[in-house]
Amino acid sequence: MAPVADRTVPELVAAARGGELRATARLLTFVERGGDLAEQVAEATHRHVGNAHVIGLTGPPGSGKSTLTAVWTIQLAEEGRRPAVLAVDPSSPLTGGAILGDRVRMAAATAAGVFIRSMATRGHAGGLALAVPGMVRVLDIAGFDPVIVETVGVGQVEVDVTAATDTAVVVVTPGMGDAVQANKAGLLEVADLFAVNKSDRPDAVDVRRDLELMLDLSKLTGHGRPDAVARPTIVSTVATTGRGVAELADAVDSHLAALLNAGLLEARREVRRRAEVRSHLEHLVLAASAAAVEAAFGAAADAAETADEPPGVTARRLAERLLTNPGS
Amino acid sequence: MADATPVRVVLAKLGLDGHDRGLKVVARMLRDGGMEVIYLGLRQTTSSIIDAVEQEDADVVGISMLNAGHLTLGPLMVDALADAGLDVPVVIGGIVPDEDLPTLAAAGVAGVLGPGSPAADVVACVRAAVAGRGR
Ligand SMILES: Nc1nc2c(ncn2[C@@H]2O[C@H](COP(=O)(O)OP(=O)(O)O)[C@@H](O)[C@H]2O)c(=O)[nH]1
Ligand SMILES: [Mg+2]
Repeated sequence: MAPVADRTVPELVAAARGGELRATARLLTFVERGGDLAEQVAEATHRHVGNAHVIGLTGPPGSGKSTLTAVWTIQLAEEGRRPAVLAVDPSSPLTGGAILGDRVRMAAATAAGVFIRSMATRGHAGGLALAVPGMVRVLDIAGFDPVIVETVGVGQVEVDVTAATDTAVVVVTPGMGDAVQANKAGLLEVADLFAVNKSDRPDAVDVRRDLELMLDLSKLTGHGRPDAVARPTIVSTVATTGRGVAELADAVDSHLAALLNAGLLEARREVRRRAEVRSHLEHLVLAASAAAVEAAFGAAADAAETADEPPGVTARRLAERLLTNPGS
Repeated sequence: MADATPVRVVLAKLGLDGHDRGLKVVARMLRDGGMEVIYLGLRQTTSSIIDAVEQEDADVVGISMLNAGHLTLGPLMVDALADAGLDVPVVIGGIVPDEDLPTLAAAGVAGVLGPGSPAADVVACVRAAVAGRGR
């Protein structure tokens, strides 16, 4: 078997579909980096996807997402399923580096054969929204099911990533105003399910009540997912002992079943494809507009014209040129 | 995405040592040097490290150890990676007497960092290990 570095993308895709972890890992690297190779991977994978239940798991840092994921995926592996985890953590905006620590809590899952991939947000606006769906596709064609995407629920991008799944699970914990924070962050609107983790703490009942209350309110105001199949289930868990994790797993499976029953799974995936096309388009447009602005101020002739007109007019002129003449 | 891809380091403590203060300091140095640190923490084995390297498609492994284990554990890690067919350099951190450096180099250890190495040296050492291998 040739080393992964010497193989073409189609060869790697064939190997990944045959269960070779190293090929899968290298394809993930290509997609994460973006560019030509990422496009080749997308070409070679997009026709084979659709077998994995894609689950988003988000919540504040330290709420127990990784601990929960470890227990959950070990149970799944024991049932004969092949779960994979994509664990996303923020990059430092200053240095571009990151400490990806999710594996610390998932050591037992690794030992149980669960495939775990850590990824950093890498700073670029919208980059995550481009990379994550492509990486999920790689895990899907490699035969993993379910694919759990763990993100830290703090920003819009993470909320979007969580929403771009079949089932979105939001983790909240007692005592930190998590439910209220989740509401503010827009997480309540994307959640299909809540896990109230750290339910070994006495004030866990309060979070549950807060959540119920907010769900009542959101029903009144017409918020929530338009493609929701039911009012979100709330499951109490203690990730450190495993209590409630089987119930969480059941609730997640039931959610998928309900989507299928209601004929909403395909609809949800269609919405996702649209969002993904839009992310790619926005990325292209952003790059093109940055280049156009540079050019407008760069060459002497253009710069003279630019200096002579209001910024809005320059923008319109550039937009017309970009739209009629892509690549100029 | 035009940004240069950050180096991905799997960082772990090999063996049974009790605390990870030093390892966390190194993790922060590498992060501040622009690298992505896949942090495994304490009590790792060559096999748990290999699982992580494989799944994470890491560029380099950093292992730390105490108790003068470097002469056995360093080469053990290098050989385990080679046996697994993973061409990934190994940098070790720990108290290593100068006279052991040639032995470790001969065993394929790509870099050695003593305790209290400044951040710039740590980052440079890991970078050099990655550059030595290439992709
Ligand atoms: N008391 C208690 N602690 C928990 C529970 N779940 C996780 N923890 C602890 O919370 C901390 C953060 O857990 P982690 O899984 O890393 O959280 P993440 O940042 O959301 O992935 C760790 O120290 C866990 O041991 C729980 O149900 N109860
Ligand atoms: Mg985590």
